[in-house]
Amino acid sequence: MKVTQVTVFLENRSGRLAEIADLLGRRGVNIRGFSTTEAAEYGIVRLIVPDPVAAREILHDAGFTTHLSQVICVAVSDEPGGLARVLDTLAEQKISVDYLYSISFNNICFAVHDIEHAVELLAGKVTLLSDEQVKIL
Amino acid sequence: MSVVAAAGAVSADKAGGNHWQKAAETMAVERLHDTQLERLRATLRNAVDNVPFYRRRLDEAGIAPNDLTSRDGVAALPFTTKADLRDHYPFGMFAVPRDRLVRVHASSGTTGNPTTVGYTRGDVELWADLIARTLAAGGMKPGDMLQNAYGYGLFTGGLGLHYGCERLGATVLPISGGNTDRQLKLMRDFGVTALSCTPSYALYLAEAARDHGLRPADLPIRVGFHGAEPWSNEMRRQIEAALGIDALDIYGLSEMGGPGVAFECLCKAGMHVSEDHYLVEIVDPDTLEEVPEGTVGELVVTTLSRVAQPLVRYRTRDLCSLSSATCDCGRTLARMSKPVGRTDDMLIIRGVNVFPSQIEEVLMTVPQIEPHYQILIERKDHLDMVEVWIEVGEDLFGETMGQLETFERAVQHRLYSVLNIQVQVKLKEPRTIARSEGKAVRVIDKRPQ
Repeated sequence: MKVTQVTVFLENRSGRLAEIADLLGRRGVNIRGFSTTEAAEYGIVRLIVPDPVAAREILHDAGFTTHLSQVICVAVSDEPGGLARVLDTLAEQKISVDYLYSISFNNICFAVHDIEHAVELLAGKVTLLSDEQVKIL
Repeated sequence: MSVVAAAGAVSADKAGGNHWQKAAETMAVERLHDTQLERLRATLRNAVDNVPFYRRRLDEAGIAPNDLTSRDGVAALPFTTKADLRDHYPFGMFAVPRDRLVRVHASSGTTGNPTTVGYTRGDVELWADLIARTLAAGGMKPGDMLQNAYGYGLFTGGLGLHYGCERLGATVLPISGGNTDRQLKLMRDFGVTALSCTPSYALYLAEAARDHGLRPADLPIRVGFHGAEPWSNEMRRQIEAALGIDALDIYGLSEMGGPGVAFECLCKAGMHVSEDHYLVEIVDPDTLEEVPEGTVGELVVTTLSRVAQPLVRYRTRDLCSLSSATCDCGRTLARMSKPVGRTDDMLIIRGVNVFPSQIEEVLMTVPQIEPHYQILIERKDHLDMVEVWIEVGEDLFGETMGQLETFERAVQHRLYSVLNIQVQVKLKEPRTIARSEGKAVRVIDKRPQ
């Protein structure tokens, strides 16, 4: 079970991030989770939203450079060692994690190299969220 | 044709510097013109006999080498352009077989192929004499030491100054460019008396010296030879004050063999053209007609002594003016002003010639790049910095920072391999690079003129 994420390329200029938030807000898109990464001159914003295809279109039409990609969204058990169990499972199979970020509640978004394999591995052990479930977080 | 290079001897000029070949440097104008005519005919014979391109050109123009009866007859000859050199890449403009070629240099062409320059043994010797004149005019003589901070390699600056210094009998320190701390250390430890480098590097070095707590009086150098990029008299004053030297301008272009075409004496009143080896004209770049003396126009040069690669009326694209008045130093050689601009879009970045078309060609080979780009040139700490702005389209944009960084590095590397200068690639959002209605403004040059 995978989730679709919207990625946006942004130059480091003040107000650019606000523009994204404003735009999506005005169009009724409720952001469920996001993360930002930055280099000296530019950054990447990643968004989990109820309808990623529509959100991407809104951003694209407004002139942003966007991309859709697949990630897995894990409901990590809310106790000490909860995150470690997921990471250990992936590490044992040498599946590398590109990045991860937490979204609403105890949900963590993972971008991994071999996503099919990762889903297979985790499916029985932890709760994986679907696009549908992300919508109603 | 005869080899004209003859060794020289140091003798004082009237400006506090020295002659290397006094007879040639102070020749009466009538004799100079006779010499030019004789050498021009020999150059044309060499070109017609050995370069099919020139045989065809002169045939079309209906001119035979012996038709020329005065040096002014040069105005009837056809021009040669950089495009002609490009079309005959790599060796199609050479007039000698490979076994007479002892050196080849190269500089950037307007597109993919560089411009090649060939030398016979005699050409290398002649070149050394021209540089020896240059260094002597700045007061150098045996016993002086020249710190040659021009880059060594395909660029003609490094090896040109090197051979000229040895020819003069002075000591050359072939330190090449960069490593500023070592430059300052050796300059002081070795008691270096002369410096050769681009004017911008001279300023950079001066600043570094100040950061080390060194005053101009702590530096043993007396004179600097600075060329390969445009610089103003204001910059000259800055270099002279900061390093405590006389800063002299030198002029040349690789097509003519490199530096040594013209040089300043200590009067600093224009660059003396070695007219016994180069015949210069100034023409209107549009009509290609000769302009009156003192008027700015395009410099056109004909080689009079080069054997491996004679060039007839080569359009340098440099804009300057000429003065034939005898200089206070005693030289009769005409003087050219500092070039005030170009008739094409060539950029000179840290002494390296760069054409925007070269950058465009590289970018167009990368399929993910949007057709909009901009080249920004600034001067930071006296050094030219180049940024190439590229818009990030959705074809390029993947998922991770790593992909973008890898892409930036790959484009930077590709540009470096073509241009030989470090360029910063800057990724921009779509539509952030200004569009223009007509011809796009690709180059923004913010350097002080």
